[in-house]
Amino acid sequence: MIPAPTIEYGLLLPFILIFAGGCAGVLVEALVPRHLRRTVQLFLTFLVIALALVVTVLNWSSTSDTVAGVEAIAMDGPTYFIWTILLVFAAVSFLLFAERRLESASAFTPQASSVPGTAAEREAIAARVEHTEIFPLALFALSGMMLFPASNDLITMFVALEILSLPLYLLCGLARRRRLLSQEAALKYFMLGALSSAFFIYGAALLYGYSGSFRLSAIDEALRSGSQGAGLLLAGMGLLGIGLLFKFGAVPFHSWTPDVYTGAPTPVTAFMAACTKIAAIGALMRVFYVALGADRWDWQPVMAVVAIATMALGSILAITQTDVKRMLAYSSIAHAGFIMTAFVGASQAATQNPAGSLTSVSSVMFYLVAYGAATIGAFGLVTMVRDASGEATLLTSWVGLARRSPLAAVVFSIFMLSFAGIPLTSGFIGKWAVFASAWTGGPHWLVVVAVVISVVAAFFYIRVIVMMFFAEPAEARTEVVRPGWTTLVVVGVGVVATVAFGVYPGPLLELAQHAGEFVR
Amino acid sequence: MSFPWLSLLAALPAVGAVVLIATPVRLAKHVALAFSVVTLLVAVLLGLSYRTGGGMQFVEQVRWIKPLGAYYALGLDGIGLTLVLLVVIVTPVVIAATWAEFDHLPDAGAVRTGGDLPPRYDSRVFFALVLVVETCALYLFLATDVFLFYVFFEVILIPMYFLIGGFGPGARRTYAAAKFLIFGLLGGFVMLASVIGLYVLSARAGEPSYLLSSLSQLSIGTGTGRWLFVGFMFAFAIKAPLVPLHTWLPDAAQESSPGGATMMVGVMDKIGTFGMIRFCLGLFPEASQWATPVVLVLAVISILYGAILAIGSRDIMRFIAFTSISHFGFIVLGIFAFTTQSLVGSTLYMLNHGLSTAALFLAAGFLIRRRGSRSIAAFGGVQRVAPVLAGLLLFAGLSTLSLPGLSSFVSEFMVLAGTFSRHPVYAVVSTLAIVLAALYILIMYQRTMTGDLQPGNEQLPDATGRERLSMAPLVVLIIVLGVFPKPLLAVIEPAVQATMSHVGVTDPQPRVNAEGGR
Repeated sequence: MIPAPTIEYGLLLPFILIFAGGCAGVLVEALVPRHLRRTVQLFLTFLVIALALVVTVLNWSSTSDTVAGVEAIAMDGPTYFIWTILLVFAAVSFLLFAERRLESASAFTPQASSVPGTAAEREAIAARVEHTEIFPLALFALSGMMLFPASNDLITMFVALEILSLPLYLLCGLARRRRLLSQEAALKYFMLGALSSAFFIYGAALLYGYSGSFRLSAIDEALRSGSQGAGLLLAGMGLLGIGLLFKFGAVPFHSWTPDVYTGAPTPVTAFMAACTKIAAIGALMRVFYVALGADRWDWQPVMAVVAIATMALGSILAITQTDVKRMLAYSSIAHAGFIMTAFVGASQAATQNPAGSLTSVSSVMFYLVAYGAATIGAFGLVTMVRDASGEATLLTSWVGLARRSPLAAVVFSIFMLSFAGIPLTSGFIGKWAVFASAWTGGPHWLVVVAVVISVVAAFFYIRVIVMMFFAEPAEARTEVVRPGWTTLVVVGVGVVATVAFGVYPGPLLELAQHAGEFVR
Repeated sequence: MSFPWLSLLAALPAVGAVVLIATPVRLAKHVALAFSVVTLLVAVLLGLSYRTGGGMQFVEQVRWIKPLGAYYALGLDGIGLTLVLLVVIVTPVVIAATWAEFDHLPDAGAVRTGGDLPPRYDSRVFFALVLVVETCALYLFLATDVFLFYVFFEVILIPMYFLIGGFGPGARRTYAAAKFLIFGLLGGFVMLASVIGLYVLSARAGEPSYLLSSLSQLSIGTGTGRWLFVGFMFAFAIKAPLVPLHTWLPDAAQESSPGGATMMVGVMDKIGTFGMIRFCLGLFPEASQWATPVVLVLAVISILYGAILAIGSRDIMRFIAFTSISHFGFIVLGIFAFTTQSLVGSTLYMLNHGLSTAALFLAAGFLIRRRGSRSIAAFGGVQRVAPVLAGLLLFAGLSTLSLPGLSSFVSEFMVLAGTFSRHPVYAVVSTLAIVLAALYILIMYQRTMTGDLQPGNEQLPDATGRERLSMAPLVVLIIVLGVFPKPLLAVIEPAVQATMSHVGVTDPQPRVNAEGGR
């Protein structure tokens, strides 16, 4: 007889709450009358996020690192930290989803099933139909993002990958304006995403062949005991890496990023840019540090090359962009590269990290907070700059913005300075932290390359500031529309976090340090 | 810890900048001047209670970012005091000299005489930016923590960038501002690599700390030390432009308003040479000596190259920028000659160069504002219609060419004499620049002020009472420090001797008297 497994429901409660919230949202769609649905969905969404956040923090402060759910889920410091920031950033970006004042409608299409430009679509618009399904979809994606970096075995990780991806593919295609572009983005994301999932599962299968287990710690044991079959190991590692790097948006698996970021509704872009990156780098580090850490010498050089290519390509291509959202997409690629420098450094207790100094995990955590705050804030501001056809994302229409709306220009400049890594913004501390842990872990030359590329990256952020402040506006068709309070809160949170963690990052850094290392 | 005087000093201008935003435009200049004068008074007060030879004083130290080992740590030594005085003196002068320049924002698209571009923002913004630059500069000269220094080293670029790009009258101001920023960021990020390297070293040695006092106890290996030194030196050589890295300065100065250029060349660029003394010599004594041959050659090239290009300049602002490159060459020469006399001379040189460049930029600014042109050829015979203005320009020029009796003579002599005792060849070659300096100043004066009155200059009004008053402090200080530099030298010398003994060099024999300049 097989005994029933024990599941630590208390520890997994945050994840369960979010997932159950998504399921309840589906029921709301079926049962609640249309005019109440939006209110109920909003209430439900923010309620489960708030509860999950409270439970996460309570669990974090009361329990020690452990493995839960039949060794499928690792509940350790990094998991708690990632869950906390995921929940906070998700809540903030869902506030953008709730915005309705900018166009007296939300950013989402009223009826996704209608063909763009048809009578059916016009009817739906006239009837003020809304897809309130976006909230349960977003919650499902969020639950996948929470599971992904917490997975302790490759199968759970694969399931999480699919849970997080599928709702996102859908959400990307729901833009109200420029629907064809949005649908194209969704299809592209889906095709490439499915392909990368295939790589991931193939890699997982090969690693199973090598070690006889999907569990990360079992793979590690097999590695340390020197199992036969280096070919299986290397091939599996490579394929798995491709699947993870795709989600993270690293070169050469980045090509979906600009199209998807541009085509998706801007609130979804903000959510993806901040939260998917968090989940993906969390999973990447867990797999490579926990399962494949003993084989660092094999993957570090490859990952260093990927990091350099990602930083360089993201920064250089960003210079040539003419669209704000596209530029931010390339900027997110560049940041993925900067984050990867710390990942490559692999500065941990296992690699003789000097006591008291920053580990790779904690510096990446800090960077994610800095980057996420500025990203969501920046995309929030993008939704406010408009002309007759909706969001004015062409950079040329941002020219001279400081004349018309100095406050918006100053706020956007703060985000740009943070991205560029200028001190007194959180972006600088983040950059400092990832470079420091890269250096501690070994490859100094990677830091030198990274600082030089930072100058290139700074150049295109500064270029946006130049456009807003120093270029003469050709025509004044764009204006900054006053949004509802939700968007203002998003931008406000972004600015406050960017400046506060730039001037006084000590407590957050200590928290990240306290998060410690992955459980094995 | 007693009252945080240094924090008060450094933060006052920033408070002023915040107040300015809430001030009506017509009161902006008064508020700005009031704040800069109060800052000056605080600095003078601190200077009077400074104990000569007491090392770091008025020390403040608070843990700032624990995991990074960064402290909010300030302290004042003789070298720092000299530069703090420069900052607090020049800022009110710049504000007074600029006074009403940006009072009236012309209509968008309007073109002023001579094809100059109008300022982009009103005077509030200008004065606020000047005050922010002052705050950053003060923090830089007071910081005793490498991380704190680095933060302001980068931050100062932003207000300066807006001063150039927003208020410069030149047609290429946006380009010049961007070039300035890119060079600054390049230096800053390369320095970041070295700053991180220091963290890693101090973390390996125990608890990470960015305090100068704990970093200088660190045993840094020869190879590592040299690499880290190169990172710092690269950034400082961009700031205090040494020749291959200088190209941003002429452009930025040419496109700036005179007030902005004064803050940039007179105040901000001193960070470079100050940083060389405090950080390159202070943290990497071995590497500093290792790099000396290269640095000295670059310094001598800067001295001569700047002087020669100054002779050929057709634009007054650009001309002043090239003279500054030559002078920065002297300062660097004095630092890396490693004699007490030359190091004291270099420190004093920073102050004197700040004062005389400010005088030159501002006097030139008065002329440019009247004539609406920055071209040397547009002037001629001006001293007939505006004798006081011509006199001011001549005085500033004579101070720049180090006329005996004026302050720059003392410092230039000390640098050359000190350098001669160790590196006679470099000193002799650099002496050529004294002749060139006389040449470029007098040629400039001759072309603009003497001779026949050029058309367009007939109606040039002479200096107003406000303009004379704003220049008066500079003139008085240049004369007083030229005749009686002893109190200041007494303040600088102990700090320099401490640096020298830290580097581990002694003066070569026979030694020239350190006060031989008088």
